[in-house]
Amino acid sequence: MKLKKGIPLIDQHDQFGFWGGKFGGSFIPETLKKPVEDLTEEFKKLRKDKKFIKKRDHYFKNYIGSPTSFVKLENLSSYLGGAQIWAKVVSEANGGAHKIYNATVHALLCKAMGKKYIVGDTGAGYAGKMLSMAAKKFGLKCKIFMGAKDIKRQKPNCDAMKKNGAEIVPVYSGSQTLVDAVSECMRYWVSNCDNTHMCVGSTVGPNIFVKICGWSTAQISRELKAQLKSEFKKIPKKIKLINCVGGGSSAYGFWSEFIDFNKKQIELIGVEAGGPKKSKLHAAPLSRNAKIGVLHGAASYVCQDNEGQINETESISAGLDYPGVSPIHCFLKDTKRARYTYATDEEALNAHVMITKFENLNPSLEPSHAFAEAIKIAPKLSKDTIIIVNSCGDAKKDKDILRERLGKN
Amino acid sequence: MVSLINEAFKKARNANRPALLTYTVAGDNTKKKSLDILKSISAHADICELGFPHNTPIADGGQIQTSAYRAIKNGIKINDVFAIAKAFKLSKKTTPIILMGYYNMIYQYNENKFLKKCKNSKIDGLIVVDLPYPENKSFSKKCKKKSINFVQLVSPTTSDIRLKRIIRDSHDMIYYISMLSTTGGKLKVSSKKILENYFKIKNQKKSKNVVIGFGITEKTIKSLKKADGLVVGSAICKEISRSIKKRQNAVTNVTNVVKRLKNKIK
Repeated sequence: MKLKKGIPLIDQHDQFGFWGGKFGGSFIPETLKKPVEDLTEEFKKLRKDKKFIKKRDHYFKNYIGSPTSFVKLENLSSYLGGAQIWAKVVSEANGGAHKIYNATVHALLCKAMGKKYIVGDTGAGYAGKMLSMAAKKFGLKCKIFMGAKDIKRQKPNCDAMKKNGAEIVPVYSGSQTLVDAVSECMRYWVSNCDNTHMCVGSTVGPNIFVKICGWSTAQISRELKAQLKSEFKKIPKKIKLINCVGGGSSAYGFWSEFIDFNKKQIELIGVEAGGPKKSKLHAAPLSRNAKIGVLHGAASYVCQDNEGQINETESISAGLDYPGVSPIHCFLKDTKRARYTYATDEEALNAHVMITKFENLNPSLEPSHAFAEAIKIAPKLSKDTIIIVNSCGDAKKDKDILRERLGKN
Repeated sequence: MVSLINEAFKKARNANRPALLTYTVAGDNTKKKSLDILKSISAHADICELGFPHNTPIADGGQIQTSAYRAIKNGIKINDVFAIAKAFKLSKKTTPIILMGYYNMIYQYNENKFLKKCKNSKIDGLIVVDLPYPENKSFSKKCKKKSINFVQLVSPTTSDIRLKRIIRDSHDMIYYISMLSTTGGKLKVSSKKILENYFKIKNQKKSKNVVIGFGITEKTIKSLKKADGLVVGSAICKEISRSIKKRQNAVTNVTNVVKRLKNKIK
């Protein structure tokens, strides 16, 4: 299993859609074959279409607000000592998280395909909120599938979805979280694929959805590359790019331009959700050695039992609370290009507290997992090491959880 | 070797009616009960489909999900599914049984081991909902080698060129999904339209047995009786749920449903 250079990772799959011969694919019911093939064709065409690219860049700049800033966390760095800590503040993007990139592209694709309805899944509510924003912007009717447990714990994002005119469909099956929302969304698409477009909220699902999402979030690393060059004159010698990983869309977007670099120069670190310290449940299939399985149309490392039943997961962060992970991260793990670890709920909370104390930054619980790793390793590293954390979401949505856990407003 | 599935269709054809295929979930709501149901309904059903339940079923509607979750909650394991099938085949040697489920279960069990176990349990066929053509080619070949029918699915969205290839590589039976829906959806397409699509498939190769499934109930079954076979699943699972809720005998109730279904297509 080997990575190729000079080819985007999203395109390094075989004819059946597998990365490294075993991750990804399209395990879908027959009914979805046609809409998936249509979407694949359309995307193949449009990503080479100059007019479409121009349109995408126009909305990325004027609607999403690219580029998001790249800042040094001076206070945190001097408090911890060791490496310099920087942040790519992707949460500045319109709506408050990276999910807007994928949502905007899907809305544009939906329009291009002449479909009037768009549906999507959401965990933390950001994918849903952004899809509802993009749907409103482009005049599409929108339905969002969301686990009943997540609806309760991410109320601010639900309010935003409703305000944008989207219908939230609560999902009561299974653990009532993201995994069930994705299943229900796929079921809805099976029944309505003739007039409805489906947006998968992360780099998961059947092959084409991994590609579209990765292609969309890759904007983050294009910006960062330019920002690194203007800040340091050239790409520094020792960089660590730290990103949280649930499905893995922000991590792929943050890393895609840097995968070809030597890992001694640019190390890629993915941080999964380790769940509560005392719980056996987690959402960390990569770092806690789950077996390969098939979930939501793709083969990846999946938290599951011996029989292949999908395990329930537990995390304070709804956006990372997912038993599977992107096939491209499995590929990056097995080729050893990226390193994956996890942070517990408590570590993420502590990181959130520390960041907000020292910096004018309010990372949501998802990137707080990444900050936890940065805080852990920074003191041990040299001063010329540049740690960059993707602060990919804003904590406004977490205010209820933070109040409950930290007693603050 | 004679395919029991082919024989079952032949028998129904000779009686001038479509074959009746039932679907129940193994272990719903207990191992013993599901075996009892299977034995009892097979007096009226020509082919029995037995679901091996998965907790993330992306193509199943509410009724079958409920049955699957109930079975899993009651501790059903894949080896129990084989045990139920085996016990069933001991008492009903000529009734074909088709296992139906999702690929991850087979993948975790190991394809070859799974097929060996199928053979041991006298399973006649397999339907794997999320292993479409052409991805299923190698697995379906393995099935053929073991004389197990791999059932290809075809839907209203299947393109003509795909349809040709699928039929070419199919075994004895092809499953036509009546409409764009998960299992158990309300029939939103006219029977006329469904049969029109059905004959588009059937007329390509008359020797294949083509069945229609999804959304078939006591109300709709009669209008589709021109097909080689008709599958009823959700309506049966619903009856099991109803019987449990009302504390009635699920075996008797479900058998009555199947009996009525059969009478409608005689």
